[in-house]
Amino acid sequence: MKTGAYYKTKKASINLLIHLFLLSVATTCLFPLIWMVSSSLKSQDVIFKDTSLLPKAFHFENYYRAWMEGGFGRYFLNSIFYTVAVVIGIIIISSMAAYAFSRFRFPGRNIMFFMFMAAMMIPIPGSFVALYVLLNKLHLRNTSFGYILCMINVGLSTSIFLLKTFFDKMPKELEDAARIDGCSKIGLWWHVALPLSKPVLAVVVVFNALNVWNEYILALIIFDSRPLMPLQVALTTFQGEFVTNYPLLMAGLTITAIPIIIVYLLMQKYIVKGVTQGAVVG
Amino acid sequence: MKIKSTLENYVFVLPAVLIFAVFYIIPFIWVFQLGLYDWDGILPTKIFVGLDNFKEILFDKIWWQSMGNAGYITLIALTFQNALAFLLAWACDREIRGKNLYRVIFFIPPVLSEVVVGLVWQWILDGNYGLLNSWLAHLGLSHLARSWLSEPQTALTAVAIVHCWKGFGWGFLIFLAGLQTIPRELYEAARVDGANAWVSFRKITIPLMIPVAVLVAILTVLGTMQAFVLIIAMTGGGPAYHTQVPALRILASMRGSSRFGYACAQGISFGVILMAISFIQYRFSKKSRV
Repeated sequence: MKTGAYYKTKKASINLLIHLFLLSVATTCLFPLIWMVSSSLKSQDVIFKDTSLLPKAFHFENYYRAWMEGGFGRYFLNSIFYTVAVVIGIIIISSMAAYAFSRFRFPGRNIMFFMFMAAMMIPIPGSFVALYVLLNKLHLRNTSFGYILCMINVGLSTSIFLLKTFFDKMPKELEDAARIDGCSKIGLWWHVALPLSKPVLAVVVVFNALNVWNEYILALIIFDSRPLMPLQVALTTFQGEFVTNYPLLMAGLTITAIPIIIVYLLMQKYIVKGVTQGAVVG
Repeated sequence: MKIKSTLENYVFVLPAVLIFAVFYIIPFIWVFQLGLYDWDGILPTKIFVGLDNFKEILFDKIWWQSMGNAGYITLIALTFQNALAFLLAWACDREIRGKNLYRVIFFIPPVLSEVVVGLVWQWILDGNYGLLNSWLAHLGLSHLARSWLSEPQTALTAVAIVHCWKGFGWGFLIFLAGLQTIPRELYEAARVDGANAWVSFRKITIPLMIPVAVLVAILTVLGTMQAFVLIIAMTGGGPAYHTQVPALRILASMRGSSRFGYACAQGISFGVILMAISFIQYRFSKKSRV
């Protein structure tokens, strides 16, 4: 006969094992990041000798040097600019389109919407080759504008899908009331639909912001001149030139990673929502 | 009035359709066109070569080696990474202290860029200055120390493991969302009927999670086969093509050897293979659904 105490101990030990498992994976997740931050505060002299996680002296000047001499200040502002510009562009363009797809009836509506959806399903691994050629022809290569347009296109399909799904479920009564008051279609979209869609807009903003901030390959082929480069490309360039200047490289990596981690921690509710919704799309 | 209203509708979709047409549809068509030409990307003259590029791909040993490498990484991601993701999701789908904190932590690697992750790990695994080797030395295991990323025996596996480290959070979140949709009453009823934890796991959890698992598998395959920025940051494809993957070969054909036509042909072949794989997986998932 097994007693209640037996079950209690069994349950407690299973729980302990589960905690150990979760804790060890969590440590593995966090460790490289802590190592990155701590190394960014060490000096070049001790970087290979001092492998502790808490540096003996904090060399905050590494950040100053990365920001000024390494040029990361410039690259950081570039990344901010591209991210903000692309996200604003996507919000306006995709919400307009999604609103029309959801509310209006016009010839070609279904085929257009279908094309956006098909683009989400079809992988074209070589598309950056053709994009390079296209941007050259349009004289948009090595320009911020060209990069921003390309990145708006990258986020368009998913954003339209998320927004249209949301608009489809949104009750039409409020818009009817506004229409009777003489509101135009543009007015309905801007004053009624957009404010109501804040929850899904948050998902669209977070995902596109992460995507643009972390984007590498298009930036690599589009930008030749350094003053235009975003952080991700600048990092690989920097690493190629200063192979073992690890303190500055780690400072640059930290500068790149911190904004993303902050945005993630603040908006993680929307990220979880987006992943589970996005998974349904795929 | 009617016409004005219709025109107004088009104004709403015009910006999106215009950008989509120029930056998606035109490049899409061009990839197929350029695949039939021999072109260096600069000269105004393109030489039409028909299907020669595609024939060359068939005998391109490095291309098929890269395909094998990507397949190897994908296999590790499918088994190790997804098993880990499922176990973690299963562990978090219960009354356990701190489960929200774990959930937050597990999704940190996926939100970081491949460049950041690649460069940090590249240093940790470095042969001369890397943390891993210095730990091994401390533990008296210096005979195990090696240049993890520049030796052919270990480079690809090291890259694959870092890829799993970065990617398991996706599967974890999707599995967790799936597990949370299973009604608790099912487990209650099973327990009343005398089923133990293992039986209810096998008879309730597993069958209900199969569609989710297939979805995660499809996403893993598509994501992992096309991953290459992490590899640029870690090894650049070396040592001697041992960590090359198809997407990296396409980039090399374009930037390294200036063969734009060949790069496009590689892109098409790779895209077709990816579509075929996900189609097979999709069919498989339909069959397994009861």
